[in-house]
Amino acid sequence: MRLLALALHRLLWFAPTLLGLLVVTFVISRVIPADPVALVAGETATPAQVEALRRDLGFDRPLVVQFVDYVGRLVRGDMGTSLYTRRPIVEDLVARLPATIELTVVAMLVSIAVGIPLGVLSALWRNSLLDHALRVVTVSGLAIASFWLGIMLQLLFAMRLGWTPLNGRLAGFPPRPLTGFYLLDAALSWDWPTFGTALAHLALPAATLAFPALATLVRFTRAGVLDVMQSNFVLYERAMGLPRPLIVWKYILRSALTSTVTQIGLLFGILLAGAVVTEAVFDWPGIGTYAVNSIIRSDYNAVMGFTVWAGAIFVVVNLVVDVAHTLVDPRERTT
Amino acid sequence: MTAAWFVLTRLARDRSALIGLVLIALLVVCAVLAPVLSTHPDDVFELHPAERLQAPSGAHWLGTDRMGSDMYSRLLFGARITIVIGLIAVGASLAIGVPIGLVAGYYHGWLSDALMRVSDIFLAVPQVVLAIAIAQTLGPSLPNVILALSVTYWPWFARVVYAETRALQKEIFVESTAALGASPWRLTVLHVLPNIASPIIVRASIGMGFTILTAAALGFLGLGPPPPTPEWGRTIAESREFLPDAWWYAMAPGLAIFLTVMGFNLLGDGLRDVLDPRLRRRRTIRDG
Repeated sequence: MRLLALALHRLLWFAPTLLGLLVVTFVISRVIPADPVALVAGETATPAQVEALRRDLGFDRPLVVQFVDYVGRLVRGDMGTSLYTRRPIVEDLVARLPATIELTVVAMLVSIAVGIPLGVLSALWRNSLLDHALRVVTVSGLAIASFWLGIMLQLLFAMRLGWTPLNGRLAGFPPRPLTGFYLLDAALSWDWPTFGTALAHLALPAATLAFPALATLVRFTRAGVLDVMQSNFVLYERAMGLPRPLIVWKYILRSALTSTVTQIGLLFGILLAGAVVTEAVFDWPGIGTYAVNSIIRSDYNAVMGFTVWAGAIFVVVNLVVDVAHTLVDPRERTT
Repeated sequence: MTAAWFVLTRLARDRSALIGLVLIALLVVCAVLAPVLSTHPDDVFELHPAERLQAPSGAHWLGTDRMGSDMYSRLLFGARITIVIGLIAVGASLAIGVPIGLVAGYYHGWLSDALMRVSDIFLAVPQVVLAIAIAQTLGPSLPNVILALSVTYWPWFARVVYAETRALQKEIFVESTAALGASPWRLTVLHVLPNIASPIIVRASIGMGFTILTAAALGFLGLGPPPPTPEWGRTIAESREFLPDAWWYAMAPGLAIFLTVMGFNLLGDGLRDVLDPRLRRRRTIRDG
């Protein structure tokens, strides 16, 4: 019951946060530019055209009325029309979402599958050669510009060695669209050659995106395991003669992972943001590439639509993480 | 002076913090002495089409770019832009975030709640996303990049200062100073602020690295200062059409960004260990 109350409490904050986000994007789009209409109309428009457009877009009304209208439209799922594709921005974003989610989820799984075991080993063999090597990796992971890492990987694996495709999501026809995730669709329709190509296309962008997340997970798991190793219950288990692998991989890992679970949730949001730049490098047809192309074409509505969209996803992910954390760690329930 | 000396000697004993200090010192030297150190100081603006895309050699240590300009000289001048962006953006974030954090931490009530809610909204969205939106609206230029980064980074300082101020209020010396009748202004500026300087300094060092990384990403996306400014992120974007042949073109600026950000990160970690022993290295990607 307390848990339900807590979830409701978090949900209550959810609406104001989203509304605040809308205020911010509204201010960015309507108030910061000297004349947003001139921006939309372009440089060649005559003053009369600009005035006509201003009435069309409703920019001659008071700001408060405009804001209410803006929120009202967003609630109905209307983010305006892209100036370039001439399609509703919501449709564009929805069509590109599976590509982004596929990339993000794969990057996330890779960083978990590699990062957590490495973090544990790093803690167990503290100050070993592996620990020192991993420290270099974790420090680099937070300092490297992901777009540069992506380009360097392309240079080595795609251009010099020819092991992977340079960019894109697939060569040839996509698999039967069941979920929109190519890997899953190909596997479901038993189309293994397509699965292989999709995986090859995914390898470099996923590695690029996963690297900083992996560095974070190694660091976090290492610190968590080191903390737990010194606790009394571990000493007791060792005194009782429990086999070391059982102590490490079951008891220590379980209690070390509570904080890592929260971290994984937060990472998901950060990976989504990192996907913007990574997608641009690999021409990955997701919402990140869409945003970057919109920037290049000065497609102003689309950039704002993307910002609201990305912000909303991020806020939702944070909410889910908060609630999940409370489920995992009973100590959190008291607050 | 003695406090600064203490911190410096302690830092020098920690190997990674020392590496960080050396890297930052190197960056500063490159930026300040760029006209002296560069082999072709005029190449920031001059074009030599006959010499375009030459591989590294004795005449051009890091090769030349698509305009035939010397990469090494352009990198040195790029260090100036990087430092300017980092310093002003982090300085402005400090100037906005610290007072807001102090006010929100000192007073209890609706104002405090409102201020922290506003900073939560900014923290709820990835910095690069908001910065893209702002920089796109304002148009690509150096001041706009700095503005976009400052507007999106101040909440980190506000949050740190808020938490530390709240924690300090339980201290006896703060209570007794208040009991002696010190004004809120005097109490926060003369007594609270000096005691929370450590976490602010640590956050500022990490913020430099993070801000420089985000600025490079904005430059890469074409939202940075326009050419011929030798901004590192934009240089990497330019190099892409000449890969894989002109590998040096993409390699050098990326390494420069890497070493710079690494320097500030290592220094930040080292400072945290020296100034704030409660928080040992726990930094993650999330810390911005």
